[in-house]
Amino acid sequence: MNNQTTSTNAVSVRNVFKNYDDVEALHDLSLDFPKGELTSLLGPSGCGKTTLLKIIAGLLPATSGEVIVNGKTVTGPGPDRAFVFQDFALLPWASVLRNVAFGLELRGVPKSEREAIAEKYIADVGLSGFEQKVPHELSGGMRQRVGLARALSVNAEVLLMDEPFSAVDEQTRRKFQEDLLNLVKHENKTFLFVTHSIEEAVYVSDQIALLLPRPSRVSEIIRPSGFRHKPIDSIRRDSEYLDIVDKIWESLRTYVE
Amino acid sequence: MRHRALSLKILSSVLIFGAWEVAGRVPVSFAFPTFLESMAALWVLTIEGTIFTAYAETLKPLVVGVLISAFIGIGLGIWIGLSRKFEWFISPIFIVMQSAPLAALIPLLIMVYGIGLTSKVFVVCIMAMPVIVLNTGGAVRNTSVSIVEMGESFLGTRRDIIMKIILPAASPIIFVGLRLGVSAGFIGAILSELKITPTGVGDIITYSRSIADYPSMYAAIFSIILLAVLFLNLLERIEVMLFKGINKGFVSD
Repeated sequence: MNNQTTSTNAVSVRNVFKNYDDVEALHDLSLDFPKGELTSLLGPSGCGKTTLLKIIAGLLPATSGEVIVNGKTVTGPGPDRAFVFQDFALLPWASVLRNVAFGLELRGVPKSEREAIAEKYIADVGLSGFEQKVPHELSGGMRQRVGLARALSVNAEVLLMDEPFSAVDEQTRRKFQEDLLNLVKHENKTFLFVTHSIEEAVYVSDQIALLLPRPSRVSEIIRPSGFRHKPIDSIRRDSEYLDIVDKIWESLRTYVE
Repeated sequence: MRHRALSLKILSSVLIFGAWEVAGRVPVSFAFPTFLESMAALWVLTIEGTIFTAYAETLKPLVVGVLISAFIGIGLGIWIGLSRKFEWFISPIFIVMQSAPLAALIPLLIMVYGIGLTSKVFVVCIMAMPVIVLNTGGAVRNTSVSIVEMGESFLGTRRDIIMKIILPAASPIIFVGLRLGVSAGFIGAILSELKITPTGVGDIITYSRSIADYPSMYAAIFSIILLAVLFLNLLERIEVMLFKGINKGFVSD
């Protein structure tokens, strides 16, 4: 591993294989995630994108190959990565405040300190006033904001997001996507974003890794360049945006039943 | 709504006790007293204080047995839920225990532990423990995978994940197992008094039957059912209070 790679890539996946018994989920997969950017893992269901994300998170062991985060080989979960779950993964009995502070609680941060940090991120995601509510009193979108605030509050360099907006309604999702763009711009973090929505991937990503299934491999890496610095309201009308969406669909359509 | 639920409860009690009264008056059997006769006998037992001394005796194996079952049962259940190997090793014992005809085992228990309190506590435990163990094991095993993964990804230690995630998540179902265990324990306590040595409420039942004092016999049976129902109702209230909203949270999550 040379220094240049470690300084530009927050996460590098090197020749990763993953087998479940005799099923090959990932086959010789290599991929770089540039620092400070948002990279989407896009592909049809069953293409192993969530598996790859969980291997990077250290929640699943790879059968062979390695994952390098900030120059260090991943052997398990670490303080440099925080996960946002598809089903939110909140503690149903705990208040919003405790849920957001829970990552810090597990790290042994004293109560008053972690609650102060949690308060800040609760405000950042727009949930001020809901600190004492429990998850079932919140809408799906608000629950995912709690999940996001929890991931932000541990201040990890890399945010791993597993289809974070798939369980929220369309309008909330659009708002989330806009918020995510702001987050990428203002937080100095690297985002790994799993999605099955082509439009969503093109809208939010600096880099899109197109994964194809059976066995899973990276078929293409697309870097939208033209519309990334334009105002967010005009992205969906940009011709490059529309071209990329069409092109991705062309590649994927034969894999969708 | 609440009001209507209460009046329905009263209505169903009136219907059942009415049917009992009618059946006693017909009479369906010489050995079947009317509801009012049984209540009169219960009144006498209460005035004389017989019923209280009887319960002091009956509750001993029940309380001891249920406490033992709760502590050991929840402990074993948690272990079963956490370890596949331990589950294979231990859970067949409880599945057998749950399906074995207990009455057939009682002579064996008497041979080993005599006719005293120990055997009775054992009977209560055999009744109460399997349901507590199996419920706890199932609840722990079925903790939502994603909140456990969440704990791992945010660097929780194994201990943290068990204490702060798995056990709170499992506690509503553990409590249900506890409630079912208590109700099975009631059956065990009475069974042991009928099958091992007649003491307490079992004594009232056996003795009244032998002298053909059927109203007292039914009064004793009625009182134990009443006590069990009231106690289980209390546990249910506590359950609702402790886990308010959590179950709902689980469903929609």
